[in-house]
Amino acid sequence: MSDKKKLPAFLSDKKYRGRLTSFSMVLIMYIVIEILMNTGNLSSLFTSLLVPVCCYIVAAIGLNLNVGISGELNLGQACFMSVGAFSAVCVSGSLASSVPDVPRLVISMIVGAILAAVFGILIGIPVLKLEGDYLAIVTLAFGQIVKSLITNMYLGIDEAGYHFSFVDNNVELIPGGKMLLNGPMGATGTQRISTFTAGVVLVVVALIIVYNLMFSRSGRAIMAARDNRIAAESVGIEIVRIKLLAFGISSCLAGAAGALYGLNYSTLIPAKFDFNTSILLLVYVVLGGLGNMNGTMIATIILVLLPELLRSMQDYRMLIYAIVLILIMLLTNNEMVKTWIQKAYLRLSTDRKGR
Amino acid sequence: MLKITDLKVSYGMIEAIKGISFEVGDGEIVTLIGANGAGKTTTMHAISGLLKPAGGGIMLGDTELTKIPSHRIVSMGLAQVPEGRRVFALQTVEENLTLGAYTRKDKAGIAGSMEKVFELFPRLKERRKQMAGTLSGGEQQMLAMGRALMAEPSILLLDEPSMGLSPLLVSEIFHIIVEINKNGTTILLVEQNAKRALAIADRAYVLETGLITLSGTGEELANDERVKKAYLGG
Ligand SMILES: Nc1ncnc2c1ncn2[C@@H]1O[C@H](COP(=O)(O)OP(=O)(O)OP(=O)(O)O)[C@@H](O)[C@H]1O
Ligand SMILES: [Mg+2]
Repeated sequence: MSDKKKLPAFLSDKKYRGRLTSFSMVLIMYIVIEILMNTGNLSSLFTSLLVPVCCYIVAAIGLNLNVGISGELNLGQACFMSVGAFSAVCVSGSLASSVPDVPRLVISMIVGAILAAVFGILIGIPVLKLEGDYLAIVTLAFGQIVKSLITNMYLGIDEAGYHFSFVDNNVELIPGGKMLLNGPMGATGTQRISTFTAGVVLVVVALIIVYNLMFSRSGRAIMAARDNRIAAESVGIEIVRIKLLAFGISSCLAGAAGALYGLNYSTLIPAKFDFNTSILLLVYVVLGGLGNMNGTMIATIILVLLPELLRSMQDYRMLIYAIVLILIMLLTNNEMVKTWIQKAYLRLSTDRKGR
Repeated sequence: MLKITDLKVSYGMIEAIKGISFEVGDGEIVTLIGANGAGKTTTMHAISGLLKPAGGGIMLGDTELTKIPSHRIVSMGLAQVPEGRRVFALQTVEENLTLGAYTRKDKAGIAGSMEKVFELFPRLKERRKQMAGTLSGGEQQMLAMGRALMAEPSILLLDEPSMGLSPLLVSEIFHIIVEINKNGTTILLVEQNAKRALAIADRAYVLETGLITLSGTGEELANDERVKKAYLGG
């Protein structure tokens, strides 16, 4: 007990411990991967997955804020990534000749994030007023709408400015111009300016934003509204505003993640961000534990990497994937396994002190 | 302090409150008694802004409340303890109480209010770090009351605080209600436990399927034959 008291506040308090774990985890992984990469010990497959993993982590953290903390189901997180991705591709394509890579990446991500947040808020205002799982239904529909819209959009840029057409491609460009959006083919010829470092920075920024919100006055109000709507109203919490805040930040993070994702590939089709991707993100969140950002990160990393790393196993690939899914669920959500790990950990640490 | 005139509340086509009028004076304990489904909770929700009335007026001092959203009503000095021990189960006792002061900004004042709540409910102080969902039923009721007091209301609305509690705890809760009132908070109490409620009330109203059928001082109603027959078991 006396040991516990000596610990500084940020170590003894549970909420600070979670935060500390998150940031040290990200930092250590970043350093290890950078070392491996610079010494040439990282396979090209693994290297190519670094940026996407960061993107999925950020989108999943955002989704966990909405599903785990705010308690509103969202079945269209991928389409907020889509909004971010394609707007970022357009911004970056337009600025390609005039702005250097790094600031261009930052500007594109900010635009993608803001646009996704605007869409989130526009959807959220009417829907979050209703009690029940209406957000799930509406985000599901929104995902389909966004996909169809982008699949039918043609946008080109040349010296005369932007040219836009919808459904039929009748954009004609002066030689030297280029297509930014190409209907079902999506974005082609995108300059790849995303980097792993940018991905890690985005993860850290997302963590800072989400943790600061979670442990603020507004964060407690968000959880209160989730736990008991009537009681939350009775203490004077504005339910709609506070849920909108969580949903807006969630969409905003998905938008930024999508932007980074979009600028990581030279071609990107709208079908990439379909319903399946939204469900996968939800799987990362649920397996990692609702409201548990560290769990979300770990689940995302494992579940994005695993199918790729198992490609050589062919027939056994999905079997192993399924077993891992079950194991993660046990590890993060099962009380029995959790207490067992805690006990083992305690025994280990007391043993060490005894000597 | 609180004046309700011809209040009507409907759920869709069903009219749950059919035009009731009553008053709560400064410093009083006023109780509204009635059977299940009489419309007691509906009345409370209408006053605190959780439900929009279909007609009538609700005056708090000089302010008409019917047009004001619920989150602003709390900061005007009217707090509600909702029916059924609605605590924030996944947050600690202390966090629940802090949320009670959600509309306040004065940190020192909030800390002072918390001390006052702990004086009134010493049991909450012992359990300040405990998750609210793991408290006993009686403790959860105390927490819900303490949380409402954190807003430092001038009038407190209590919806069936004795529901589902043992006789001993019911006595304790009623004792505390009187205590809160002595400290200067006006009280509007909704109860099915008519005997206890009438014993501490300055004035009382009987609500029957959306209409007020009787009113008087607590003592008058406790001795009224009709009340005795319908609510006091004989
Ligand atoms: N959300 C709702 N939708 C439709 N009808 C409702 C709703 N809430 C309450 N009612 C109806 O309104 C009437 C009054 O209900 P209310 O909850 O106000 O009663 P009460 O006096 O508080 O009862 P109790 O003592 O059981 O809590 C009842 O007939 C009830 O069925
Ligand atoms: Mg009721």
